[in-house]
Parts: sequence; C-alpha cells; structure tokens
Amino acid sequence: MNWTKITRVENIPPREGRPVRIGNLEIAIFNVNGRFLTIENSCPHRGGPLCDGIISGTAVVCPLHGRHFDLETGMPMRVSEPACLATFPTRVEDGIVLVDLTAGHRVMEDAAA
Amino acid sequence: MPDKLVVAGNGMAGVACVEHILKCSPSFDITIFGDETHVNYNRIMLSMVLAGEKSAEEIMLNDIEWYRSNGIHAHLGVRVARIDCSARAVIDGEGRRTEYDKLILATGSSAFIPPIPGVDKQNVHVFRTLDDTRALLAKARKGLKAVVIGGGLLGLEAARGLQVRGCDVTVIHLMESLMERQLDSAGGEYLKRRIESLGIRVMLPRQTAAILGNGHVDGLRFANGEELEAELVVIAAGIKPNAALAREAGLKVNRGIIVNDYLETSDPNIFAVGECTEHRGQTFGLVAPLFDQARVLAATVTGNRGPVFSAPAPAAKLKIMGVDIFSAGSIDESEPGVEVIRYEDPSVGAYKKLLLKNNRLRGMILVGDIADEPVYMDWMRSGTDLAAMRRQLLCPPPPSDPGLEIAEMADSETICGCNGVRKGEIIEAIHKYGITTLGKLKERTKASTSCGSCAGLCERLLRAVAPDFQEETRTTLCSCFPFSYERLRDIVRGQQLKSVEEVLAVYGNRKGCEVCKPALSYMLDMLWCGNHDEDRSARFINDRVHANIQKDGTFSVVPRMRGGVTSPDELRRIADVADKYKIPMVKVTGSQRIDLLGVKKADLPGVWRDLGMNSGQAYTKGVRMVKTCVGTEFCRYGVQDSTNTGIELERRFENLFTPHKFKMGVVGCPRNCAEATVKDLGFVGQEGSWQVVVGGAAGKSVRKADLLITVETSEQALEAAELFFQYYRENGNYLERSYDFVERLGIEKIRKETVYAPAEEKRKLLDRLHRSKALSRDAWLERDRPANPTQFVQIEPMEKVLETQLV
Ligand code: SRM
Ligand SMILES: Cc1cc2nc3c(=O)[nH]c(=O)nc-3n(C[C@H](O)[C@H](O)[C@H](O)COP(=O)(O)OP(=O)(O)OC[C@H]3O[C@@H](n4cnc5c(N)ncnc54)[C@H](O)[C@@H]3O)c2cc1C
Ligand code: SF4
Ligand code: FES
Repeated sequence: MNWTKITRVENIPPREGRPVRIGNLEIAIFNVNGRFLTIENSCPHRGGPLCDGIISGTAVVCPLHGRHFDLETGMPMRVSEPACLATFPTRVEDGIVLVDLTAGHRVMEDAAA
Repeated sequence: MPDKLVVAGNGMAGVACVEHILKCSPSFDITIFGDETHVNYNRIMLSMVLAGEKSAEEIMLNDIEWYRSNGIHAHLGVRVARIDCSARAVIDGEGRRTEYDKLILATGSSAFIPPIPGVDKQNVHVFRTLDDTRALLAKARKGLKAVVIGGGLLGLEAARGLQVRGCDVTVIHLMESLMERQLDSAGGEYLKRRIESLGIRVMLPRQTAAILGNGHVDGLRFANGEELEAELVVIAAGIKPNAALAREAGLKVNRGIIVNDYLETSDPNIFAVGECTEHRGQTFGLVAPLFDQARVLAATVTGNRGPVFSAPAPAAKLKIMGVDIFSAGSIDESEPGVEVIRYEDPSVGAYKKLLLKNNRLRGMILVGDIADEPVYMDWMRSGTDLAAMRRQLLCPPPPSDPGLEIAEMADSETICGCNGVRKGEIIEAIHKYGITTLGKLKERTKASTSCGSCAGLCERLLRAVAPDFQEETRTTLCSCFPFSYERLRDIVRGQQLKSVEEVLAVYGNRKGCEVCKPALSYMLDMLWCGNHDEDRSARFINDRVHANIQKDGTFSVVPRMRGGVTSPDELRRIADVADKYKIPMVKVTGSQRIDLLGVKKADLPGVWRDLGMNSGQAYTKGVRMVKTCVGTEFCRYGVQDSTNTGIELERRFENLFTPHKFKMGVVGCPRNCAEATVKDLGFVGQEGSWQVVVGGAAGKSVRKADLLITVETSEQALEAAELFFQYYRENGNYLERSYDFVERLGIEKIRKETVYAPAEEKRKLLDRLHRSKALSRDAWLERDRPANPTQFVQIEPMEKVLETQLV
C-alpha cells in the first residue's frame, strides 16, 4: 500500500465531495457520514465533475445529467450504463484522510472508452 | 310499536353495533346516550390529532346527519346514571327516565389512574377523549417540560404528539422495557433507541412515588428518591373498564361486565359490547375484537342468536410515523414446542422475531421493518403450514398470485382491523358501487382509512374482484418517500421538522436523492422562513456555490441588475472583472442582464467581491429578474412608471426562493415591450391602473398570463404581487412553474385565496412573506463568510506525490 496524506477530515463536510488534483489525475473524495470514499472525478458520460454531485446513500449523482454511481464500487447504478469509475482505497488516520493513489481500481473495463 | 333499544355509550363499539343493527333490522326505536358532547369519532386517531397529522373534523365517523336520517335519538353530553332493571328503564344525569326493551351497555373504559399522591394536581392529564386531546393541545407549547407516565402504545403516542408540539418530553415507564406487553426485551431496546433518536427522553424502570407541586404540578418523585422537573404530566398507565353502572344495577361484573359468547349479560334484557366487557376472563384494549363483538351482538339483538364471539389473536401497531412497530399473536417463547426465528440488523434498527409451533406461525414482533406484515398476518390467520418455506421465513416471497391468497380468506374475515371492515363487505361495495380504485374504496367502506396497514390487502382484493381495477397514480415526491410533496409539507409543518436529514430519517429511506433533497431544502426554508438547519449537502451544486454549473465544470455569474437598469460604473467593474479573471465570454442574457461565463469555482468569491454587485440568482429556483421597459420616464406612450415600479418589485422579492424559478416583467403600456404577459408575474400599465397578471410563459410552452386583479396604484399592485408570490411559495409543488401552478389550481381559486381573501388571511400571507424576506440575504456575501472552509477552495494534497508513481 502506498498511502498519501491528502487533507484533514473537516475539509470535506458530511455528504459532500471535494476534488483533488495530482498531476493529470483528478480524484473526488466523499464524506459519506464519516466514511471517506474516493473515486476518479470525471463522469464517464461527458466528464461531469462528480465531486459536485448530491449523495444518495453511498451513491453520487452527477451534477450535469444525473447519472448515479456507487462510490464503493464505482459501478453505475443503472444497468444500462456501460461505463464505470475507478475507486481508490481510502482511510482516515489521526484526523487525516489518506488515499492510495497507486491502487485505482475499476470493477468493469470501461466499455465506453 | 317498535321495540325500544337504548344504548349507553356513544363510542366506537356501541355505534358500530348500531350500524349493524340498522342493516339487519331497521325497525328499532333507538336512543343513544353519550357522555361526551361529540358525535362518534375515531378514538384511535386522537394520536394523529395530537401530532397534527389529522384535524378533529377528519376523525368524525358518524355525523349528526347520520343519527337524524336513521331516526336515532341522540343525547350527547348526557350520562346514563342508573339502570332500573326491574322497570326496564335508564335514568340519565338530568333525572329523565327512558324505557327500554333492550339495553346495550357500550360504556368503554377510562384511563386507569394509579393511586399516586398528587394525581389531582393541575396540569395532570389523561389521554382518552377528544376533550382530553384538546386540553393537551391547549397547554402544549415550545419548551414545556412534559412527562408521560407509561411506556405502552398510548403513552408513546402521547409523548410523540407532545414533542411534535415543541414540548420537551420524557417518558417514564414502570418496567425494564417499553411496550413490554407487545415486545420482548430486544424489541423494546430497539424501540427505545428509536424513540430517543426522535428526541424523546426515556427513563426505565421508574416507579412514580409522588406528583409534586403546590396546586400546579412542578415535578415527580420516584420510588428511588430521584426527582424530575415537570410542568405537564400525562398519565397513560392503562385502562379500566367502565363497569360501575352495571355493577350498581346488580349485573355480574368482574373487572369488566361479564358477557357470554352472544354478548349477553346476566340480565336477559341487557347486553354489553366493547371495552366495558369481560369475555371468558379477558378484557380488551384494541378495537379489532370489539368490532367482531359488535357484529355478533347485532345478530343476537335482532333475533338471530347464532353467531358467537371468540377473541381473535391480538395485533398491535404503533402509530408514530417513522417508528415501525408491529406485534401480533402470542409472543410467549417459553411455551413448550415454540420455535423462535430471529433476525436483527442494528445498523438499520431492524429486528424481526417469528414464533412458530408445528410449523405454523403463532406470533411475531416486527421492529423497524414491517413491510412483510400482511404476508405474516395471512400466514398466521390461515394457519399455513410453513414447513416448505422454512428458508424464506425472514424474507417471505411476495404472493405469486395476489388473487389466490386473498381468495382463500373467508368473507367474514376482517380486512381493516381499525374500522372493522370485513372482506365480504368490501366485495359487496366493489360490486354495488363499481369501485375501481383504492381511493373510492376508502371513501365507501372506510377500510384502510385509519392506520393504513391494510392498504395492501385492500388493493389485492380490488385487483382480484374489480373487473377494471386502476392502479392509483401515486404521485410520491420520489422513491425515497411514500408521500407526495404536499403530504410531506403537511407532515414537516405539523411535526416541526427542521432538517433534511431528520425528515429523511423519520419519514424516508434515510438516503435521499437528487430529487427529494433539493425539494426538502426548499420546503424547510419556505416553511421556517430560513429558521431551519441549512444543509448544503442537500443542495444542487448551483446552490452550494451560488453560480450555474457549465458543461466543463466552470460556472457562470449573473449579477443582479434590477429592472435591467445598469450604470457606467457597474459596466466598468464588469469589464475589469472580465479582464482580471480572464473570463472567456461576457454576454447579454435573454433576461436583460449580463452573464460572465466560464468562471472557475475558486475564482467565484473574488469575482463577486470585485463586481460589488448582488447575486442575480440565475442559478437557482428563486427570484430571477424583473424585466422592465422605459415607461413614463422616456417613452412617448408610457402611462405608468414601469422602470421604477419594476425595480421596487425586484427589491421586495430578491434573495427569496420559490418552487421553481420566478421571472417577472413590468411594462408601461399594453404594447408590452418587456413581455410582462408571458412572465410568472407581470404588471401591465394602463391609463390610471395596473393589471397584475400571473402564470404566463414563453419557454418550453407559451401561455398568456391570467389576470389576477386590476388596481389603481403601484402600491396596490405590489401588494397583489406579494400575495400571489407568497401563495405560490407555500402551495406550489417543488419544480412546478407558475404556469402549471395557475392551471392546476385555477385562477378563480387563486384570486379567492389571495387578493380577494379575508383581510386576516391576507395579513397572514404578507406576514410570512415579510418574515422570510427579513431573514433572507444576498447569497454572494458568502464570499467573505463561506458556509464551510472549503466551499470554493481546491484542496491541495498535504504530501507531494510524484506523477511517475501514479498508474
Ligand atoms: C443565460 C440565459 C440565456 C442567455 O444567454 O440569454 C439562459 C440560460 C439557461 N437557461 Fe434559460 N436562460 C436565459 C433566459 C431564459 C428565458 C428568457 C427570459 O428569462 O425572459 C427563458 C424563457 C422564459 C422562461 O423562463 O420560461 C428561458 C427558459 C429556460 C427554460 C425553460 C423553462 C420553462 O419551463 O419553460 C429552461 C429549462 C428549465 O428551467 O427547466 C432554462 C434553463 C436554462 C439553463 C439554466 C440551463 C441549465 O440548467 O444549465 C441555462 C443556463 C446557462 C448558464 O449557465 O448560464 N431556460 N431562459 C438567460 C439567462 C437569463 C438571466 O439573466 O437570468
Ligand atoms: C389515543 C388512543 C389511541 C388508540 N389507538 C388504538 C389503535 O391504534 N388501535 C386500536 O385497536 N385501538 C386503539 N385505541 C383503543 C380504542 O380506541 C378503543 O379500543 C375503542 O375506542 C373502544 O371502543 P368502545 O366503544 O368500547 O369505547 P369508547 O370508544 O371509549 O366509547 C365509550 C363511550 O361511552 C361513553 N360513556 C361511558 N360511560 C357512559 C355513561 N354512563 N353514559 C353515557 N355514555 C357513557 C364514553 O364517554 C365514551 O364516549 C386507542 C385509544 C386511544 C385513547
Ligand atoms: S411598453 Fe409602452 S411605454 Fe413601455 S417602452 Fe413599450 S411602448 Fe413604451
Ligand atoms: S456528464 Fe455525468 S451524467 Fe453527463
């Protein structure tokens, strides 16, 4: 595991997400009522900033055209959507959110790409 | 001469029995005495009246016209004081004698008041009648310290009702666990946690030793010496049958009036029904068996002495919205041969326990998830052999053929326990009145109008019996809630809920979605005039950062430019901002103002600060703009000062939110240069008057606005606008534009309830609007005081990461 310290937990309010850019990679970290989950920030539909989406349970709703994705698996919530998102292992230590940026994982190969 | 029938007690069981008697043999001369002053009402729903979910009018069961048209002499507010059995007469509280051939005692029961010193103090109440409920409502107020003695069904419902009214409520219970008669200790523990999560304090076990205070109650002392402050006490410690009348008349009475299987008492001319009875050693506290009694007694009294009463297995449901508790049958697991199946998931607060004997369901406890209750009840009632289903007991499959299972129920089986409606009656009504929807069925038969738990059963019955059954279009807000937006609004208002998370936790699926969260956010803001817990996570991104998201994740900024009027100074600042922040496009919008497009989120506070202008709310469901024309100031045709009136209109409404965006226009003459007749609200200037028009559109659809009123002065026009505006805010469904709203309600109704409403109603509407307005503010002030520290900030990682490490 290759953990990177990202930010203090208070910087990501409950049920909101925040984007973090590292080089060409942009991730979105969400605070799902105290649990922190990380996905890549670009919606497979047309690149919508998922960090700005509304949270519904453990899913996020893309702010541009309303597609839903599960933050735990990166899978789209509707079967008809072919593409899925990469998720990143995330943990909290001493009030700091850590993400393993090298372990991005996609459950399903991105058929749309 | 028809037989004289006298009924003592105008409550649920007595009147239900009379209804059956009228069906069997309408030839009695009937007199009913009731010592409450009200017509027969649904006592069960007093809990809902206390909690603000129903009004007193809504729970009436038989109106005065029912008594009149059935020739019943009703003496309301009159007590039967004595029975003269040998002379076959009753003597009422006013000393009158009324003779009978047959007498039915249906006196119900009274609240049991434990012998605690101090129970006679002021502000010590019981919760049994409509008058009790009204007395509680009159005293309940925000912050009042209320204590409910008794943690059973009634006590908990009373506690929730008082808490909803703003009281600070504590429930005291004698036992180790709540509702111990219906639940086991694990179930009681779940219930306790749920009740506490609603904000009600629970103290277990506590024995009240004394009620303290000098005249008025001011506290309680417990047996362990502990004391608790209290300004209001509600005793809900059980009930005792009203049997004194019968006892004094010499009838056989134990705890209740002793009746046999035909509901006959020890006097051949006297019968009894309801909670005042004792049958085979059992007394009653729930209505379902009493309705069975009512039917049996109707047969006995009308000379058809055949049907017998046998007490059904008890079933009880807690009627606190969001606290799902159901218990039925025998829950005694110590009985030999009883097997227990249990499931629990503490994270969602769900607990289920089924008790089986010989593969047949005998009892159940359902907490937190009662969706499968109808299936379990069917299994229990029909004694289904569950051997083959042992693996699926906890998640029973939905009935494969909904018609089949219901077809197997006997016609005499009760479908609606609360109102005592049997399967046979429903089928009869369906055929007789050609009922095709659940709504019509409810209207006709009263089935499913109380606790609602039999709605599924009713629907399946309809599906099986009605040839052209129509599914009701359930216009729920979204799949997170079983309610429509309007219903939710009533609940949120009645229950004083102040945050989206609270509404979701109590009434929804605890998740919420992009549909209900913004809708609830609007609702809370509108209802509490901004005096609520604002939750940014429940808002669409536009409302988190007060700008409109673009396809590339940047934002657009439209400053307020009241009435479309600007100044050289403002234009200069706009130009400077565009340069400084390298804004890709500056555009004049279709709404007479200027849009700066392509702004980065992190630049928003700076852009707003440098512009020094207010938010134009172009990103939200709120007040957009007032388009104006030049009017009398410059135009040669102008007959009204459209520009200044428009600017004033915009000032009055700006910063407020609406169910959908709200656009306005003000024009100085009927040439209508600023298109006021196709706006949500418009003023059209005439010689000496203004026409105020509403519900216009020229977007997805085109609609000419309806005339609300014609008035002489600008101030009158502004007031009419305020009335309509607030009325739409309060009654519009979220995402309902004014053009749909006006069509849905009709302009006549809107006029009657706004500009032509009684002065008092108008004043209230305006008061609420002005209160909201006073609390509202320019959203762009968050540039200096962000709602949270990273609202506009791009987070930088705390550690440097080499890009080569990334995959
Ligand atoms: C910027 C602007 C176009 C322009 O460049 O002129 C505009 C841009 C958008 N309009 Fe509009 N409308 C603009 C004037 C209008 C007008 C003209 C007017 O206001 O007189 C109309 C017709 C009147 C009306 O409101 O019905 C108009 C009817 C709509 C509609 C259709 C509404 C309807 O129910 O008929 C939508 C879609 C919606 O609201 O559901 C819409 C939605 C949008 C959205 C918000 C779409 C979206 O959700 O992203 C566009 C946002 C672009 C952005 O990021 O700024 N826009 N839009 C205008 C901004 C006005 C302003 O200063 O606030
Ligand atoms: C707040 C509350 C919630 C409840 N919720 C539920 C529930 O969810 N489910 C359920 O099954 N049950 C519930 N119950 C119980 C249910 O209401 C009773 O079982 C039912 O009302 C009993 O009917 P009854 O006709 O026997 O008595 P009542 O409805 O009490 O009627 C008796 C009437 O007789 C009158 N009376 C008494 N003595 C005399 C006299 N001497 N002369 C003239 N009139 C007299 C009384 O004033 C009363 O109006 C609830 C009760 C309360 C108070
Ligand atoms: S509406 Fe009438 S008064 Fe106003 S600008 Fe047009 S013509 Fe002139
Ligand atoms: S970009 Fe996300 S739904 Fe279209």
